[in-house]
Amino acid sequence: MDKRGKKVAVMACSGIGKAFGALARETTYELVERVRPDTAVTACLSLLVIGDPEARRLVTENPVIAVDGCPKECAKKSLESQGAEVTRAYQAIDFYKAHKELKPEGISELNEAGQRLAAIAADELAEVVDVLVARENK
Amino acid sequence: MMDIGVRKVGIISCSGEALPEGTLSRVACRKVLDDLRPGKSVTICLPLFIAGGEEERRFAARYPTITVDGCEKLCAAKATQMFSGKPSKSLLIREILKSRGLARPTRLRHLGEDQKAVAQAVAEDIAKAVDEVLGES
Repeated sequence: MDKRGKKVAVMACSGIGKAFGALARETTYELVERVRPDTAVTACLSLLVIGDPEARRLVTENPVIAVDGCPKECAKKSLESQGAEVTRAYQAIDFYKAHKELKPEGISELNEAGQRLAAIAADELAEVVDVLVARENK
Repeated sequence: MMDIGVRKVGIISCSGEALPEGTLSRVACRKVLDDLRPGKSVTICLPLFIAGGEEERRFAARYPTITVDGCEKLCAAKATQMFSGKPSKSLLIREILKSRGLARPTRLRHLGEDQKAVAQAVAEDIAKAVDEVLGES
């Protein structure tokens, strides 16, 4: 892959049992769709488990950010199991701890506070994406 | 399968982040769990399941499961088969949409009213599958 064409892969856990899984998912969408659409990309986490070559290449040839919902760190573990070096790992619950006024609720659809929290988290992660891209393209 | 007293089905959604059908799968499965078949279905978190969650894998090995995949790569079905055994039913969102004459979704998030209606229709098919599995077991 052309080194200058490298992007940052952002992989969310998307856990379906808790609002923090939804927050991880929404944060990832905010990052790849709104905040850094040219330098951040995502892929289906579950593709890694079935050994999809394209997904595996994405996470082994680019810097990777894992965004998990909870301390079980399923996204991070899934990435590492496929040989990906997770450059940065986050837990969505920590975004909430830093912004207690925004309590995420809902799984299918995050409440307004959760959506605002995801936007704030993505803005914060954008700086990390910029640093990683700059490092790769040196 | 062992007699578990209270019969439940584990629903495993692919929740694929990169395709709208993954979001649709996720939303439809939650509708089944929360609204259509509460008490008869439980969610098995696919990321936890594949990351080595013993409780999830044990449940899926002992109880009937329904996998719901967004695309033909069938990640949820394959992961379930890999870690806990063949799912009782393996549903594919694209097939459900085709059989009902519904348009494929276009959004990854913030579903509009049209896509929420599609999610409801898909959820009804999943709920029907839950009934069939419980009827068979």
